[in-house]
Amino acid sequence: MTVSEKNKAVIELLYQLADDDFIHAHRGSEWLGLAPHIEEDVAFSSINQDTMGHAVMYYQLLEELGEGKADELSHMRPPEKFRNAIILEEKNGSGEYLDSPHYDWAFTVIRHFFYDVAKKVRLESLKQSSYEPLAQAARKILTEQYYHLMHWEVWFNQLMTSTDQARKKMEAAIFKVWDDFGGVLTLGPYGDEIVHSGLIENEELLKTRFTERIQKHFKSVNFKLDTEPQMKRGDGRAGVHTYDLEHALKTLSEVYISDPKAIAW
Amino acid sequence: MTPAQNDNSLREAIRHVLESVKDPELPSISIVELGMLEAVTVTGDHTSINLLPTFSGCPALDMIEKEVKTAVSKIDSIQTVDVQFTFNPPWTTDRISPEGREKLKAYGISPPPAHHREGDPWEIDCPYCGSTYVTMENIFGPTACRSILYCRSCKNPFEAMKPVAQDMSS
Repeated sequence: MTVSEKNKAVIELLYQLADDDFIHAHRGSEWLGLAPHIEEDVAFSSINQDTMGHAVMYYQLLEELGEGKADELSHMRPPEKFRNAIILEEKNGSGEYLDSPHYDWAFTVIRHFFYDVAKKVRLESLKQSSYEPLAQAARKILTEQYYHLMHWEVWFNQLMTSTDQARKKMEAAIFKVWDDFGGVLTLGPYGDEIVHSGLIENEELLKTRFTERIQKHFKSVNFKLDTEPQMKRGDGRAGVHTYDLEHALKTLSEVYISDPKAIAW
Repeated sequence: MTPAQNDNSLREAIRHVLESVKDPELPSISIVELGMLEAVTVTGDHTSINLLPTFSGCPALDMIEKEVKTAVSKIDSIQTVDVQFTFNPPWTTDRISPEGREKLKAYGISPPPAHHREGDPWEIDCPYCGSTYVTMENIFGPTACRSILYCRSCKNPFEAMKPVAQDMSS
């Protein structure tokens, strides 16, 4: 493999990692002031801020590889250049943040819990990445990921074992997230190059580890699901996205685009 | 004095002024006591300061960088300063110095256990009365690195710094 091929593989993987955390943190941040109670508002904000920090680390690695400035990578790229999984861009529910937000907490708990389990699996593999700056970032992020995962695990266990209504909402959310969660677990069209470059272990192995961990959690709350996570709406790693991503990018880039001087601070 | 000795004393001087730089979110403790200072390199009249961020989403880094530059620029023989944040090694809470731990307590923040490993039970003493009869109100607090607790013994709310250790599980 040539140097430029390996470079391409590193860049593709970094976009996947950066964009996943970026859009995930953004969706989380849209719960600010709307979370079920004040303690959750504080905790969730803290988690989102930290996750956004992880995205920044990856965008900075891309900047060092000559991809452009980190702020521009996050704010100026068109949706089709994004490599995040589709399930992460999905709106939190119906309505808008400032206009009748009827957000779905069960969906949020499931999406965040599954994502953080998958993220930990991915980071544990990235610790041995052949690209040393990425291995270092992974080691750093892992020290913090511990608290994120613990948080969503508590919500998962409590809501899965509380009232019938909670259980129903949670199960519906599991089925919904499962339909597209395969998009988080894939390494996309450049997967082979990424794996051959020694950047991360192969997709099947990571997927198996994820499934084993999730099944253990399912079992502890008496829930059964025998199917594999799907990718029904397409592969975000290949630039396939929904209108929700376009909408989110428009919202979060509004200030950046409207006044270049405002970003100087 | 040989150039090497000169460099050493200059590095000491830099380290000394850095003890005046505080994390704006933890104003009782310096970035040196917090264990953020990884390396100081001096080349002629240029110095390069290598710092380890605590939590990656920490919004205080830009401020810390500015304050480090201001503080170090006051040393006459230094003309230029550059500050770099790196993640190698990752910052962990065992880097906080014994003095730093005492100062956290004085500020009402219980310091993290000194030799914590991931998954260890986290025992927290009240920074005011030392009681272990405390309850966790929220593992997430006003900043990413802190949690909110309540002491059932002296009936004070207080905070604790989350232990952060390198993952030992794999």
